[in-house]
Amino acid sequence: MSDTLTFHFDVDGENFTSAGQASVQVKKNLRQLGFDPETIRRVSIAMYEGEINMVIHAGGGTADVTVDDGCIEIVLSDTGPGIANIEQAMQEGFSTAPDNIRTLGFGAGMGLPNMKRYTDYMHIDSVVGEGTTITMKVNY
Amino acid sequence: MTINNIKELLGAQVLCGNENLSKDVHSACGSDMMSDVLAYVKDQAVLLTGLVNAQVIRTAEMMDMLCVVFVRSKQPSKEMLDLAEECGIAVMTTPLRMYDACGLLYSNGLTGNGIPNV
Repeated sequence: MSDTLTFHFDVDGENFTSAGQASVQVKKNLRQLGFDPETIRRVSIAMYEGEINMVIHAGGGTADVTVDDGCIEIVLSDTGPGIANIEQAMQEGFSTAPDNIRTLGFGAGMGLPNMKRYTDYMHIDSVVGEGTTITMKVNY
Repeated sequence: MTINNIKELLGAQVLCGNENLSKDVHSACGSDMMSDVLAYVKDQAVLLTGLVNAQVIRTAEMMDMLCVVFVRSKQPSKEMLDLAEECGIAVMTTPLRMYDACGLLYSNGLTGNGIPNV
């Protein structure tokens, strides 16, 4: 692939039902571009977890996906409350999600660990009170 | 096992995706926690769940699943069924409870992936 492709999405923070729409769209785009199913799955799951996180914690945000030679980069940005302790947030089972989110099937403290699990690179840049930007890369 | 076999074993009603009924599936999973499905499931084509919201369908779509079974006669909304149609996922509802539905399928040869999480 010689050209760099970029996709930009605004993630609506008001509506839990629509959370994941951007990831579904990215999945469709990657499928159309002919990526292998495993790469598509890794990208879309990592992005989906990130989208859910932005809806639960940050009132939405933006998602930018760049398809480059050998690498797909996902950047999720929000202006939410930030993550006070990133090391703690990365532990499986640690969650600050409200109880009502658990009744929706999320908030089990698996989001960030899942994002790390499915990507080759993940960096969290977060300032409490200002927001969080997560950069993930999947090599193909 | 085909998706139609699942329908018959569970006495389930198919709500959408009839075109998937003849497709073969080799393993399944049961969970109400979508994060766990996203974390641990690999190559399971069927999701049994008691959770009813749009994220169930999106999770199934992310995992390339072919079929979602709602237990305890739970009824998904039209919005969810539209989403499932769009993703090519068959949706059915069974009066059985989660444990019984999973047990029936398992004892008839539809297993999980058998990998323990430690």
